[in-house]
Amino acid sequence: MANTARIKSSLKETNTDFEVRSLDTICLNESELYHPAWYNLKYFAVGIVFGIFLVKSEVISWFRIQEMFRFQSFYMYGVIGSAIVTGIISIQLIKKFKVKSIHGEAIDLHPKPFTKGQIFGGLIFGFGWALTGACPGPLFALVGSGALVIVVALSSAVAGTWVYGLLRDRLPH
Amino acid sequence: MLDWLRHPWPWYVSGPLIGLMVPMLLLLGNKSFGVSSSLRHICAICFPSKIPFFQYQWKKEAWNLFFVAGITGGAFLAAHFLPDPGPVHVNPKLVHELSQFGVINFNNLMPADLFNWNSLLTVRGIIMIVVGGFLVGFGTRYAGGCTSGHSIMGISNLQMSSVIATICFMIGGLIMTNFILPYILQL
Repeated sequence: MANTARIKSSLKETNTDFEVRSLDTICLNESELYHPAWYNLKYFAVGIVFGIFLVKSEVISWFRIQEMFRFQSFYMYGVIGSAIVTGIISIQLIKKFKVKSIHGEAIDLHPKPFTKGQIFGGLIFGFGWALTGACPGPLFALVGSGALVIVVALSSAVAGTWVYGLLRDRLPH
Repeated sequence: MLDWLRHPWPWYVSGPLIGLMVPMLLLLGNKSFGVSSSLRHICAICFPSKIPFFQYQWKKEAWNLFFVAGITGGAFLAAHFLPDPGPVHVNPKLVHELSQFGVINFNNLMPADLFNWNSLLTVRGIIMIVVGGFLVGFGTRYAGGCTSGHSIMGISNLQMSSVIATICFMIGGLIMTNFILPYILQL
């Protein structure tokens, strides 16, 4: 227990600007429990499963994305739509039965506040999605599947995120 | 069974499986499904450059980096051990439209005619790979999430902002694909 307290205090938040942080879901999702670093391997395992799904569903294919944006195939709409339905049902069940995580923690679901960023950023991401045929998950999956030139697109995406961080205060939100 | 796994999975199989990532991450460790934040964590680790946006305890978010490392590994496994025996099945209309731009190779998930190392020496390749990647990284962070974080996780949690973001992803993609991309493909 003393150990947990020490870890918690050493992880004291440096960026206390809640308004800024609230624009990013991940940084809000803090587990109160302390786990050794190797516990993160379970997320590696989930990632492996997700990577296999991404390749076998072909949603990482530039052709599938083109078909979607040209309304030439129902496939992508079917995938995203049924994924959302599955997610909605899962979250409703978790809420209804107050399901806890395997570590006994109550599950936190944070609201995503609306900002103009969702409009401007959304459109910008849409442009990039249609060009590369990939959103961030598929960028990693494509590299893994052997399309090594996508390393360049992925590095460029990191650069894009960095430039956003640099310009953030000057952009409308 | 293995043969069935090799073929591309139908949408009503792959969609729900992808959707199950949401409860799986929540149950395993109270984590919200999302991928684009990993790009921010990479910035925070490698190039924080005193930018406030990258000053946070990224170690607490390390799970997300394990997750994307797993995605890369899983994709490697799927591509090597469950490869699709045939070329990608693409709508004949798209095949016809793309052939006008010299895109004739449908053997891989990514069009080899557009995405290869040599294409990085062309204006078309630079726009599609370098500029495209940049817009993905910039736009997802500006929007506060990507297809995973907003379209799947956010809408699953019934967030209006995620519905708006998803609509904007679609509008951006429709504009690019139908009105701008034809000119870029000609380059």
